Amino acid sequence: MSWVLVMPIAVPFATAVVAYLARNFPAGRWISVAGSALSLIVSALLMIAVLDQGVIAAQMSNWSAPFGITLVADYLSAVMVVITAITGLATAIYALGEIPESTERLGFHALFQTLIAGVTGAFLTGDLFNLYVWFEVMLIASFSLLVIGGGKDRLDAGIKYVALNLVSTLVFLSGIGLLYGVTGTLNMADLRGAVAAAENQGLITVIAMMFMVGFGVKAAVFPLFFWLPASYHTPYFAISAVFAGLLTKVGVYALMRMFTLVFVGDVGFTHEILIWVSLLTMFTGVIGAAAQMDFRKILSFHIISQIGYMTLGLALYTPLALMGGVFYLVHHIIVKANLFFVAGLAKQYTGDTDLTRIGGLYKSAPLLAALFIIPAFSLAGFPPLSGFWAKYLIVKAAIELNMWFVTFVSLLVGLLTIYSMTKIWGYAFWKPHPEGFDPTPDRAPARVTAAMITPIAALAAMTIIIGFYPEPFVQFAQTAATQLLDPTDYVTTVLGAQP
Amino acid sequence: MESLTALIIGALTAASVYLMLTRNFMRFLFGLILLSNAVNLTIFASGRMTKGAPALVPYGADAPLGPVGNALPQALVLTAIVIGFGLLAFALALAFEGFRRTGTVDTDELRYAEPKEDAQK
Amino acid sequence: MNSIIFTAGARILVALVFVFSLFMLLRGHHLPGGGFIGGLLGAVAFIIYSLACGPEETRSALRVSPEIIAVIGLGIALLAGLFSFFMGDPFFTGQWYWVGGDSYETSVFSINTVLVFDIGVYLVVLGGILSLTFAFEEEA
Repeated sequence: MSWVLVMPIAVPFATAVVAYLARNFPAGRWISVAGSALSLIVSALLMIAVLDQGVIAAQMSNWSAPFGITLVADYLSAVMVVITAITGLATAIYALGEIPESTERLGFHALFQTLIAGVTGAFLTGDLFNLYVWFEVMLIASFSLLVIGGGKDRLDAGIKYVALNLVSTLVFLSGIGLLYGVTGTLNMADLRGAVAAAENQGLITVIAMMFMVGFGVKAAVFPLFFWLPASYHTPYFAISAVFAGLLTKVGVYALMRMFTLVFVGDVGFTHEILIWVSLLTMFTGVIGAAAQMDFRKILSFHIISQIGYMTLGLALYTPLALMGGVFYLVHHIIVKANLFFVAGLAKQYTGDTDLTRIGGLYKSAPLLAALFIIPAFSLAGFPPLSGFWAKYLIVKAAIELNMWFVTFVSLLVGLLTIYSMTKIWGYAFWKPHPEGFDPTPDRAPARVTAAMITPIAALAAMTIIIGFYPEPFVQFAQTAATQLLDPTDYVTTVLGAQP
Repeated sequence: MESLTALIIGALTAASVYLMLTRNFMRFLFGLILLSNAVNLTIFASGRMTKGAPALVPYGADAPLGPVGNALPQALVLTAIVIGFGLLAFALALAFEGFRRTGTVDTDELRYAEPKEDAQK
Repeated sequence: MNSIIFTAGARILVALVFVFSLFMLLRGHHLPGGGFIGGLLGAVAFIIYSLACGPEETRSALRVSPEIIAVIGLGIALLAGLFSFFMGDPFFTGQWYWVGGDSYETSVFSINTVLVFDIGVYLVVLGGILSLTFAFEEEA
C-alpha cells in the first residue's frame, strides 16, 4: 500500500536529480516534462486508491504511528496532490517556451521539481514536524526560483519574501515545540485526542493562534500578506504561476487540516477570528487590486482576495462551507495559474505587463483573448464557470447561517473582482496598442508560443469542464468536507495502519 | 533549570525582536539567528529537562537501562538547526548579492520591485 | 592565504580530517557518528585546503563540481529508500545482510541500506557546504 503514497513525492525528487545532471543538454527540459507527466500518473493512482478506500496511510521505515513518520491521504490530500501534479505538468510545458537556456543551466528544472516534491510532501504528511520539513524544502526551492535569473527587482523581492517567510516558519516551529511540550506527540491524528485531553485548554488556544499566524503568513491572509504583492510579479511567469497556484494554498491546506483535525476545542474563538480575518483578506485584496495598473500585480492582489474565500469556508465551519472551501481551493489553483500563464503570453505579444503600455491583444491575438476570458470570468464567479459554483457554495453556507454581513462582503468582493478583470480586458485586450511603445520588441518564435499556449488551453478546458459538469466535483468536495468535519476515519486509519 | 532556560529564551527573543525591527537587512538576519536559537531552546525545553542522563543505549542492551533524557526533542532541534543553517546561509548569500548589485542593505532603499512611497507625487 | 606554515601544515591536516570524516561516516548508526557529521568534517577538510591553496585549486582537487556531488548524494539517498520496495517493506525500511552471522554481535560485518543512505547524506552535506563556501570565497 505504501508505494502509492510515496511515489508522488519520490518521482519529483528523482526527476530533480536526473534533470540537474542533464541541465546542460536540451534533454534536461524534456526530462522535467516527462517526470511531471509521471508524477501525474502516480498521483492519479493515489487518487484511485483513495476513492476506493476512503483514507489510506503508510508508516515510513516500519515505525508504527505515532512514533514514526506517517504519510496519509484522505480526499482533500489526494485532490491537492493531483492538482499539484496537473499544475506541475502545465508549468513544465510552459517553461519549455519561457525559460531561457542560461537559466536552465543554473538548474531551473531541478529546483522546480524540488518545489513540487515539497508541496506534495506537505499535502501527504501526517506528522507535524515532517510538515515543517516539507515547508522548508518548498521554501528553499522557492527562494532560489524567485531570484534565479538575476535582476535588481528579483533580489529586492527575494529579500522581502525570504525575510517574512523565515519569521513565519519560526513562529510555526515554536508552535510545534510548545504543542509537543503540552501533549507529548506530534502525529496529527494522535494530536486530536491528546489536545482534547490536555489539561490546560487556554495554552492550547494560544498555541492554536501561533499556528494560525504561522500558516497565515504562508497563506497570505489579511494582516500578514505584505510579502506576496512585493514579490510575485518579479520572477519568470512560469514561476509566478506555480507560486500563485500552489504555495499559498499549502498554507490554506495546513490551516484547514489543523483547524478541523486538531484545534477544534474552542471553535467559537478561533473560527470567529478566522471569519473576520477572511473578510478583511477578501476586501483588502480586491481593493489593492483596484489600485494597480500592472497585469501581474492585479493578479497578485487577487490571490489574496481569493484566499479569503477559502479561509471563510473553513471559518464558517459547516459541512456546506467546508465543501465550498475545498471546491474553491481546487478551482482557484487552476484558474490563477492559468491567468499568470496568460499574462506571460501577453508579455510575449506586447513586450510589457504594464497595462498603460500595452493593448490591442484582442486584435493581434484573438485566441489568447478567448482563453483569457474563461479564467478571468471564472475568477469573478460568472456562471456557468467553475468559480461560480465555488462562490455559490460559500455564499449559500453564509446565508444558511444567517450571516448577512458575510454574505454581503462575499458578493461585493465578487463584484469588485469583475471590475479588475474588465480593467485588464479593457486595457490589455480591447483598447488599441498605445503609440510610442514597440508592440513586438522580442517576438518569440512560433515554437515558443505553442509551448506556452498549450497549458493555457488545457487549464481553460478544465475550468469549463468543472463549470458544466460540477456534480462529480461537488460530490467529491462534499465527501472531503465530511471527512474533515468527522476525522474518525483519518484517526483510526493512521493509528491502526498496518505498515 | 527550567526557569533559567525560560529566562534565556525570553532574553533571546527580546534581543531578536529589537534587531529585527531595524531597516538594516543584516541586522534583521542576526535577529533571525537569535530567534531561531530561542525557538530551538523552546523545543528542547518542551521535552523536559533531565540532568546527566544521555539517551544512549549501553553496549549489548536493547533499551536504555535507567531513565534517560528525552531524545526526540534533541533530534527535532538537530533537524531544525540544520535546516535553519541552510536557510540562513541562503539568506546571507542573498543579502550579499543584493548588496553587490544595489549597494545597500537598507530595506527602505530597496525599492526595485515596488514603487517608492512618494513616487506618485 | 600566504603562510608557509599554514600551507605546509594544511597538507597533513587535510588528509587527517578527511580520513577522520570517513571513519565517522562508517561507524555511524551503531555508534555516534553518521553521514551528516562525516559530511561536515569532509567539508572542513576541503575548506582548509581551499584556505591554504585557494578555491580554484580545491575545485580541481575535487574533480567534480560540488553541486553535482550534492545532487548525486540526493539520488543515492533516494535509491537507498526505494530499495526497500523490492523487499516488500515500507519506504526507507533498513535492509540488513549480516556477513558471517545473523546479528550485530555475531557477524563480522554487514551490508545494509542504512549505510548507503548515510553515504548519500555525506555527499549531500559535503557538496552543499562546499558549493556554499566556494560561492562566498570566489565572490569576495
